[in-house]
Amino acid sequence: MQLFLQRVIDGLTNGSAYALVAVALVLIFKATTLINFAQGEQAMLGAFFALQLWMWGVPMWGAVIISMILSALLAALIERTLIRPFDPSDHLPLVIVTLGLFLGINALAGLIWRFDPWRFPELFPSGVAFSIGGANVTWYAVCTVLSAIVILGSLQLLLSRTKIGLAFRAVSSNLESSQLVGIRVGPTLQFGWALAAAVGTLGASIYVANPVLSIEPTVMLTVLVFAASAAALGGLDSLWGALAGGLGIGFIQSLLVQYAPFIPTELSLLTAVVVLLVVLFFRPAGFFGTAAVERV
Amino acid sequence: MTTVRPAEPVLEAKGLKASYGPIQVIHGIDFVVNQGEVVVILGANGAGKTTTLRAISGMIDTGGSVKLNGEEIVGKNSADVVRRGVAHVPQGRGTFPELTVEENLRVGAYVAPKSANLEEDMQYWYDQYPVLYERREQTAGSLSGGEQQMLAVSRALMSHPKLLLLDEPSLGLAPLIVEGLFEQFAKLNKERGMTLLVVEQNAHLALGIANRGYVLESGEIAISGEASELMNNDAIRKAYLGV
Ligand SMILES: Nc1ncnc2c1ncn2[C@@H]1O[C@H](COP(=O)(O)OP(=O)(O)OP(=O)(O)O)[C@@H](O)[C@H]1O
Ligand SMILES: [Mg+2]
Repeated sequence: MQLFLQRVIDGLTNGSAYALVAVALVLIFKATTLINFAQGEQAMLGAFFALQLWMWGVPMWGAVIISMILSALLAALIERTLIRPFDPSDHLPLVIVTLGLFLGINALAGLIWRFDPWRFPELFPSGVAFSIGGANVTWYAVCTVLSAIVILGSLQLLLSRTKIGLAFRAVSSNLESSQLVGIRVGPTLQFGWALAAAVGTLGASIYVANPVLSIEPTVMLTVLVFAASAAALGGLDSLWGALAGGLGIGFIQSLLVQYAPFIPTELSLLTAVVVLLVVLFFRPAGFFGTAAVERV
Repeated sequence: MTTVRPAEPVLEAKGLKASYGPIQVIHGIDFVVNQGEVVVILGANGAGKTTTLRAISGMIDTGGSVKLNGEEIVGKNSADVVRRGVAHVPQGRGTFPELTVEENLRVGAYVAPKSANLEEDMQYWYDQYPVLYERREQTAGSLSGGEQQMLAVSRALMSHPKLLLLDEPSLGLAPLIVEGLFEQFAKLNKERGMTLLVVEQNAHLALGIANRGYVLESGEIAISGEASELMNNDAIRKAYLGV
């Protein structure tokens, strides 16, 4: 029981970080029905920015916030130069662009920081916050889960209460009509890319701030797969679905490690993909997504 | 209706051409919509009515000239045309299905002038269509066809346009709902002096509220004239009025 609880807590903690990257994927998917394969790498790069700033002497949270802004600016630039010139209704060239970005950013990070693990500063207090049923809940776990909830809540407010947020949702809902109400689609989508990159960077920073992990250029590869599964599980177009999906994936992953030891850890990534396929087969719209039903 | 002919054109198209890729659909048409007028464009399926409105709104490749209050708008993108005072209710209503009724109205005011009072405007439309008020928290996608059309029209007017383009507002709606909508259009025109360009297949209703009309055939204007003339034109009576 104690072990089970410990696994649940670990799963929820990892799952919260997946959820933040999943939310970034969802933001772009909602607006463009495009999966940005470079989202994880953009987030990794952002986390490295934060690390670098911190090593230069910037306080850790200041470093994270500055790197979120830098990532947002970089994403805005990427959208303007590499995404917008392509026809949004033709996905293949865009998928290739995001794969190119994936490889490019990964290589760039490798050049600058080498493919070595680096210690990331702790963003949250260390140690155990409390115990339940003999299982230890660290401050890191508490803060990570709370961060995910707070960030999602803020995003929700931003998207529902601000003019640019409403415009972004309008573009996501009906591209043509949004032009007909005077929304400039290009800059609005650019805002989405910037927002997604900022959230992704925060997610990656929180993820690698885990005392048992470190940061290296390949750190987000697995996270991206888990995040994509989480997003699909939640329905790809639902923010809270992404959170639920992230927690669900973290939970399943954690339990499989404990109770299905016959699955080698090397294959744990594959289990996420299997979960993803099973979900997509039985529930193409995920658990919280909107099925593509239209009233004529 | 006897009208004092207001001379000032809000919209003036000359040699307007429009194409989808290599296929030209509108072959150089001229038409005028004057301040305070209701003008109707009639035509069979595929005649190019929707394409004409899309050309005005800058949604497709367009050639020739379209002047809005004297300013050339051919070559401008939709957002810019809308910002100059054109509101377009597209065929099939064009609401935002995932947004609530209230959010649809708010987003309709995206380019409203600074002087506009969002809450008052919203209240005005809730008073016109109490059903929209009842459903304000519901998503637009869950509304009936008639309710969606009411929302589409209200949303378009939230921007305080100078010209309202309506693309087959009667399509797929029950006769009673259609009548209500057209009463609303006539009222908008009379009480607010709104200028309307309406595309319709329901010629009888449309000519009933219109000052003038054009008949489009295969991308060219076949007939044009006063609404009363068109109503008595034999060809039109045969083709569109079913008599
Ligand atoms: N997206 C498009 N791509 C290519 N051709 C198109 C497109 N939309 C319309 N057309 C063609 O342009 C012509 C005019 O179409 P349009 O939609 O303007 O007709 P309409 O008068 O509005 O008809 P309806 O009463 O059926 O709405 C038709 O021949 C149609 O096939
Ligand atoms: Mg049409």
